[in-house]
Amino acid sequence: MKYQQIDQYAAKISDEKRTAVYGGSKAGYDSRKKALFTHYTAPDDLRRLAGNIKQHTIENLDTYLPQVEAKLQANGAKVHWAEDSHEACQHVLEIMRARNATKIVKAKTMVSEEIGLAHYLEKEGIECLETDLGEFIVQIAHDQPSHIVKPIIHKNRREIAKLFEENGLGDYNDDPETITRRARQYLRHKYLEADVGLTGANFVSAESGRLVVVTNEGNSRFSLAATKVHIALVGIEKIVPKDRDLAILLNLLARSGTGQQLTVYTEFISGPRSATQPDGPEEMHVIFVDNGRTEVLASDCREILRCIRCGACLNVCPVYRQASGHAYRSVYPGPVGAVLSPLLAGKKFPELADLPKASSLCGACNEVCPVNIPIPDLLLRLRDRGKREHSEAAAAAAPPLGGFALGATLPIAWKSALALGGLINFVPRALLPRAVKSWIDARGLPPWRGGQFRKWMKQRKMK
Amino acid sequence: MPKTTPQRPKGKRIQLMATCLCDAFYDDVAAATVEILEHLGCEIDFPEAQTCCGQPAFNGGDWAASRKVVRHAVKTFAGENPVVVPSGSCAAMMYHGAVLEFEKEPDLASVKQLGHRTWEVCDYIVNGLGISTWSGRFDAKIAFHRSCHLRGSGSTDAVYKLLRSIESVELVEFDEFEQCCGFGGTFSVTFPYISKSMGELKLNHLRAAKPDIIVSADMSCLMHLGGLANKQNQPIKSMHVVQILRDALKNSGGLAK
Repeated sequence: MKYQQIDQYAAKISDEKRTAVYGGSKAGYDSRKKALFTHYTAPDDLRRLAGNIKQHTIENLDTYLPQVEAKLQANGAKVHWAEDSHEACQHVLEIMRARNATKIVKAKTMVSEEIGLAHYLEKEGIECLETDLGEFIVQIAHDQPSHIVKPIIHKNRREIAKLFEENGLGDYNDDPETITRRARQYLRHKYLEADVGLTGANFVSAESGRLVVVTNEGNSRFSLAATKVHIALVGIEKIVPKDRDLAILLNLLARSGTGQQLTVYTEFISGPRSATQPDGPEEMHVIFVDNGRTEVLASDCREILRCIRCGACLNVCPVYRQASGHAYRSVYPGPVGAVLSPLLAGKKFPELADLPKASSLCGACNEVCPVNIPIPDLLLRLRDRGKREHSEAAAAAAPPLGGFALGATLPIAWKSALALGGLINFVPRALLPRAVKSWIDARGLPPWRGGQFRKWMKQRKMK
Repeated sequence: MPKTTPQRPKGKRIQLMATCLCDAFYDDVAAATVEILEHLGCEIDFPEAQTCCGQPAFNGGDWAASRKVVRHAVKTFAGENPVVVPSGSCAAMMYHGAVLEFEKEPDLASVKQLGHRTWEVCDYIVNGLGISTWSGRFDAKIAFHRSCHLRGSGSTDAVYKLLRSIESVELVEFDEFEQCCGFGGTFSVTFPYISKSMGELKLNHLRAAKPDIIVSADMSCLMHLGGLANKQNQPIKSMHVVQILRDALKNSGGLAK
């Protein structure tokens, strides 16, 4: 392969898509900065504190998982455990079959994307409808989400207007408010027809068993009000020890993700409808999904499980901005995805081992992360692993560094190379190593001055 | 994010790590480092056996190869004296990267010991030697490109302190200051398209501020940006911070020309 896959992908995307992704992510970065720095004097201290809370939690999941299960059960919810995607999908299907349910409305959840739930249910004859506006657009376009928080960041409103027209959702109109209103009108009666409402959970408190779901569209609230059964799909890392931890995490999530002080809807769900409540689901099921997370926990990259899916690292990442989320060939794009996706791939790690290379290691992701994940360090650890596991994807276009390293341990060889380096100017281009050619094609080289400083230094010492 | 450790050795007898880029291309940057440090009263040792900090292989994912280079650096820069380097990137490799790749190695302690006393040069001048103003004069509008390895270290503030105190230096601001220039070591050749796009974006922002000179604490960024600018047939003028510091002294007679 000539260059890395993500680079090749980036070179081919349309100007329209690049402009949409670049503009959307830059705006996300700017609003985050404003929301964090105008409200807090020391946001970095908050990020570190939030990171410590999450790190503590994932390192003590063996305590918190049984605790949260007991609390949820006491609250009247049924708890299921899913080791992998297939088991998680099966649980959803079984819950639906038990009630002869055929229609499900979905709020936005990354873990449902991860396990391929919509696809699985459709094959089983279940009608599965996305209710988050972005995800709804992805669904009718038969597209893939390209951002954790803004799934259609890669589309502009003209494309969406055209899509709505093609799908019988009114004549062409690219006014965002009209688009939103039309989607809402279409979705409204779908909630009423559905048997089951599915959500994720941004946090689950081990102390109270409360599930927290945040949205900006109120779609999860609609689905919980209209359907008889609520299923929540939750990654096992979503636990927080205490309710009070939600204060800092909710504040940081909204500010980091969308530049809001708080999301428009923040729901605290303590269980199914109680006898005194007029409506709400009769049944509540919580499916805790592992799907490779315990393996990540056992690895030297466990810090990635702190992630609260705010998307700030995507917004700030210069590589993501150039390449778009689709370049990452996985559900989780951007810096977080470059760490998480290969790890969650399990045995297929080598196929995605090029993702950790898609970074100049600039560290901007770490600077904005609300839970202070040292993403560049994790990318580096995975590069080392990719090399050790002989991943072809990771090795693409990589200059061999063993020889360089060997030369760098032998001062005599090093000095000879400095003396001879000027030869680069005389070697025919075709004979140059690809890495050198790749550099020269775009940039040229400054004049070779190998060994000049050493000479100068010697003369100075002799004076 | 690179982390520097507090209470690093601050003595004036130092070892100079010249960097492989200065060894091969930018001898004047290494020379300027020597001149300003000697001006400040430092006694400089230059270990002849020095080669590279090991970062290319470390970032490229070949940690086994990188560790060999780091072990060579540990041997070459033995002792207790501060190691000073005119590159935020090589400094961070020593105090952060090398420590990361030696986490499970038996000789971690010696790698940490080297990292603990390695300083980026501006960080050393301001936070090591306690100097916060620079005498001299330099007539120019300067755009300071903060290289990524300065994030989280004492160097960014140190550079600003020094540059701002020079008479006639005007620092100009530009858009997307926090964004990387796209160099990233081997990234620049394995991701040529993205690297170039990032660099051109950075150049556009820098040029919009109309500086006379683009300044950085890392020659790698400047080599990348300068090379791209040359290919566009719109060369830029760039200098390392230490060259500005030295020339400011020379301009005011603080150093012999």
